[in-house]
Amino acid sequence: MSDVHDAGDVVGPAGPVDPVAWTCPVPLRDHDRIVSGHGGGGRLSKELVEHLFLPAFGAAPDDPSHDSVVLPMPTGGRLAFSTDSYVVTPVEFPGGSIGDLAVNGTVNDVAMSGAVPIALSAAFVLEEGLELAVLGRIATDMGRAAREAGVRLVTGDTKVVEARERGGLTITTAGFGVVPDGVDLGPHRLRAGDQVLLSGPIGQHGMAIMSRREGLEFASELATDSAALTGLVQTMLAAVPGAGTSGVSSGVSSGVSSGSGGGGVRALRDATRGGFAAVLCELAEGAGLGIEYDERAVPVPPDVAAACAFLGLDPTHVANEGKLVAVVAAVDAEVVLAAMRAHPHGREAVRVGEVVDDHHGIVVARTGLGAKRVVDLPLGEQLPRIC
Amino acid sequence: MKYFDEFNDPELAHRQFAAIAERVTRPWAIMEVCGGQTHAIVRNGIDQLLPDEVELIHGPGCPVCVTPLETIDKALAIAARPEVIFCSFGDMLRVPGSHRDLHQVRSNGGDVRVVYSPLDAVALAEANPDKQVVFFGIGFETTAPANAMTVVQARARGLANFSLLVSHVLVPPAVAAIASSPTSRVNAFLAAGHVCTVMGTGEYGPLVERFGVPIVVTGFEPLDVLEGIRRAIDQLEDGRAELDNAYPRAVSATGNRAAQAVLAEVFEVCDRAWRGIGTIPASGWRLSEAYRDLDAEVRFEVADLQVEESPLCRSGEVLQGLLKPHECEQFGTICTPRRPLGATMVSSEGACAAYYQYRRLDVPQGA
Repeated sequence: MSDVHDAGDVVGPAGPVDPVAWTCPVPLRDHDRIVSGHGGGGRLSKELVEHLFLPAFGAAPDDPSHDSVVLPMPTGGRLAFSTDSYVVTPVEFPGGSIGDLAVNGTVNDVAMSGAVPIALSAAFVLEEGLELAVLGRIATDMGRAAREAGVRLVTGDTKVVEARERGGLTITTAGFGVVPDGVDLGPHRLRAGDQVLLSGPIGQHGMAIMSRREGLEFASELATDSAALTGLVQTMLAAVPGAGTSGVSSGVSSGVSSGSGGGGVRALRDATRGGFAAVLCELAEGAGLGIEYDERAVPVPPDVAAACAFLGLDPTHVANEGKLVAVVAAVDAEVVLAAMRAHPHGREAVRVGEVVDDHHGIVVARTGLGAKRVVDLPLGEQLPRIC
Repeated sequence: MKYFDEFNDPELAHRQFAAIAERVTRPWAIMEVCGGQTHAIVRNGIDQLLPDEVELIHGPGCPVCVTPLETIDKALAIAARPEVIFCSFGDMLRVPGSHRDLHQVRSNGGDVRVVYSPLDAVALAEANPDKQVVFFGIGFETTAPANAMTVVQARARGLANFSLLVSHVLVPPAVAAIASSPTSRVNAFLAAGHVCTVMGTGEYGPLVERFGVPIVVTGFEPLDVLEGIRRAIDQLEDGRAELDNAYPRAVSATGNRAAQAVLAEVFEVCDRAWRGIGTIPASGWRLSEAYRDLDAEVRFEVADLQVEESPLCRSGEVLQGLLKPHECEQFGTICTPRRPLGATMVSSEGACAAYYQYRRLDVPQGA
């Protein structure tokens, strides 16, 4: 992993205002127990990994914020591997269920490294009282999602625990795929001048869930955008010569001043928990570069915008399950964008911003009015405001 | 989309900026009272785009920020009781009490729930007759009607297991306190539009006369805020001091009479301590005599509270507009949203949190 102190130093211009660099001899000094924010995908989650898990595990991965890890296989080639646990209330919601999420989420985590996912495991922790009809529908959703994603569900496990509230379930999936030769994606490949692309409108999944959450039902047509993105990723990688390769790509001479590091697609992230904003923050921190984007270029569906305004939430912090952010060499951005728009999961893809050699590690939004503001990781879980 | 795109239109906004720049001839300080407006101003960068002569001072209108520490400690003590289901709006959960916050109470076994409507807490009381359900009713006049309805409905449904922990605050006495303070630099006020939606504008005319300051009732989208500022500057440059309503699509002079009737029945005016500022006379609401039996402070004896405010926190000066968040030595160093010293760093409407979230790059070295 990158040194935590270094990650803080790149905050630079902010001087004493240094949200990233603090480390403490007593990890997680503010809490002696887990609080819900530790699972929110924001700063608290990151701290839990950096201050508790990584030191305990000893071996730190190269990039702990990456959704999947790429490992060399003894027999040659490279394997992308990822795992995720899925807990969502309610378990069924407009457009999908926890079953779709458990398949598509892990498929996408693997796919973001450029790999083609092959197989998944699925482990179920079922609470007493869960209706079999519900579990049946969830399993059917998983089977369908796996077929659509082109992966097989090959092994699994089932445990039952005492009911905590009302018969919920947790699904943990793990998946792997093979990374094609020459493909190397990640924040380490970002260069100033690279373009930031977004595959479509944001906020649908999170707000679809919110619209059905107990005590918060509001009428809307919002449905989850849950989808496997393997096809979109492979289409993007195929669109440009030398796409995603770390070497000097054949025939592509970047016009950007610092256009080393190969052409094509530099990094991909699916904008799940923590939303679009969290993904940009991770990329900027991981690359040690700045990212700037136009607030008005980011598509937010009107019903998502309305629901967010009503609840006091920021759509850029709301989870998606079928959207990705791509950082692409400037010279290839148009071609990749066109390829995305030709794919069903990228039809509404847009260019939203660029990587800059300024305010390192920090994301800045250009507001609709023409001012600039810092974009931060959400701290913990998203909580509706008072008024 | 209606009310979002329309009131965020960059071209119209720039016309407003130009109109303000054309009109202004000397420095003016305008206080936006409401935290929602502070958030909109800082998030959209409105203060960066205004002429240098126009300074925006951020007011005390963040309900989470001004709720007294003692009340929060009481809430934490009640929430920790085994027989209690404690219900709160989401952004109260991270507000630090003297020693912990509601998140930590929950992770230690307390039953703390986020509700989106106060009436959900009444429904919880009905569904859990063996539990005591307490709702943490805080906020300005905006949230008061819904909070008042909880006790009205609990009474109507005969629920003996519901109670309200009340710490309501009122805007006009706070405006009066700031306007009469010898250290105040405020030349004009932007009044909080949503408060006036409930209460009407009648309370503000006397303040205009008493203090000779323009008060402009203002909304929350960027163009609303700009219109409020433009009208305030107009008055200041003309040497006028009037009550003006720049948010007529939501605010009428009379306000919401049905809501006012419920408020008059359920609450009575009391002195209220504002966190960081101190006690302001007749600046709050508590439950009226008729509803006192539904007051959680009466129902649960919470004694032996050791209230300890951080000696380093200067949120009181921030809330009074005497200090900009980044001028505080603690800002961004030992006080961050991750580890807040005071509530202004917690709530998304708090000025310190807004500066931290959106303005870290502008903060000068050594601030």
